[in-house]
Amino acid sequence: MSGPMFNEEQVQRYARHIILPNIGGTGQRKLLDASVLCIGAGGLGSPVALYLAAAGIGKLGIVDFDTVDVSNLQRQILHTNDDVGRPKVESAVEHLRAINPTIEVEGHDTLLFSTNVYDVFDGYDVIVDGTDNFPVRYLVNDASQFMGKPLVYGSIYQFEGQATVFMPGQETPCYRCLFPSPPPPGTVPSCAEGGVFGVLPGVIGSIQATEAIKLITGEGQTLEGRLLLYDALHMDFQEVKIRWDADCPVCGKEPTITELIDYEAFCGVPAQS
Amino acid sequence: MAVTVKLPTILRKHAGGEAKVGADGATLRDVLGDLEAKYPGITKNVIAEDGGLHRFINVYVNDEDVRYLGSLETEVTEGDTVSILPAVAGGC
Repeated sequence: MSGPMFNEEQVQRYARHIILPNIGGTGQRKLLDASVLCIGAGGLGSPVALYLAAAGIGKLGIVDFDTVDVSNLQRQILHTNDDVGRPKVESAVEHLRAINPTIEVEGHDTLLFSTNVYDVFDGYDVIVDGTDNFPVRYLVNDASQFMGKPLVYGSIYQFEGQATVFMPGQETPCYRCLFPSPPPPGTVPSCAEGGVFGVLPGVIGSIQATEAIKLITGEGQTLEGRLLLYDALHMDFQEVKIRWDADCPVCGKEPTITELIDYEAFCGVPAQS
Repeated sequence: MAVTVKLPTILRKHAGGEAKVGADGATLRDVLGDLEAKYPGITKNVIAEDGGLHRFINVYVNDEDVRYLGSLETEVTEGDTVSILPAVAGGC
C-alpha cells in the first residue's frame, strides 16, 4: 500500500501495540483493516466489545435487541447507570465510540433469525458469540460455518465459563461437534434463575477478545481444537480437546443440515429468554 | 482404579456442593455407577434410560471426549480425571 501505515493519532493511540513483539505495526494494521461482529452487548459482549474497540478493530458491529436493566449493571460493564431503560445497542455504540472515536462502530438492534442472519453477518471477518440461549448459538454456529467465518465461542453459568474458537472449513470442529444436542428445557437455568458471578463474563469475554485479536493478526495459538474450562470459585483452568465429528450434520463429511433453521423447536425453548 | 471426578455446577448439589469427588471403577460405566451409589440421583442427567450417555452431556477422561474413546466402556487408570460437562448457554 502507498502512504504511511498510520496517521499520527493512530501512532499515539496504538503505540503500546506497535512496539510490542507479535503485534507491531503489521499486526495493528491488520486490526484496523478488520471487522468483528459481537453478538450480544451483555455480560460477555461488554468486555469483548470494550477491548476490541480499544485495540482498534476497524469496524465493530454489535447485535442486541434488549434494553438496559439495573440488574445488568452488576456485570455488563459496557453500560452505566444513566443507560437504564435505553436500548443496549444504543448504549453500547455510544460507550464504544467514547473509548475509540476513530473506528467504525455499528449497532444492529435486532433479534437474529434464519431470515436475517446472513444479512447481519455480511461484511464481518470474525463473529464473537456472546449470546445467552441455545437456539441462537446453534443458528450463529451454522451461519458462521456456511459463510466461512471463524466463530469465537464463550459461555457462562454461575461460576463456570467455557471458551473456544470454531474455524470454518474442512475437518475442523464446529459447535455441533462439541454439543450435538442441547439439554432438555428446564435442566439448565438461565442467568436470571440461577444467578451469575458478575466478574465471570469479564474473564471469559476478555479471553474471547484475545482470541479474536489473534485470529486477525495470525500470531500465537488460538483455542481452535481446545475447550477452555474456567471455574472462578476454585480458580481452576482446564482444557479438553474438541475433535471434528465426521458425522456432524453441519460440518461433517456428509452434512444433512445445509440451510439455516430456527432452532426453537430443536431446543424446546424460546429463542430469547 | 481410584479416579477424580470433576462435577459441573448443576450436579454439585447431589454431592453436598463438592466440585471434585473420588470414585472407583475400571471403566467409566463403573465409575459413574460408583458415583451414583455414593450420591443417588447424580447420574440421572448423565446416563440415559437406554443405558448410554445422554447426547447433551460430554464426559472427558483427562482431556479426551469419551465419545471418541469407548464411551461408557472407556477404561480408566489410577489417577485419571473424569470431567462431566454439560452445555451451558449463558452470556448475559
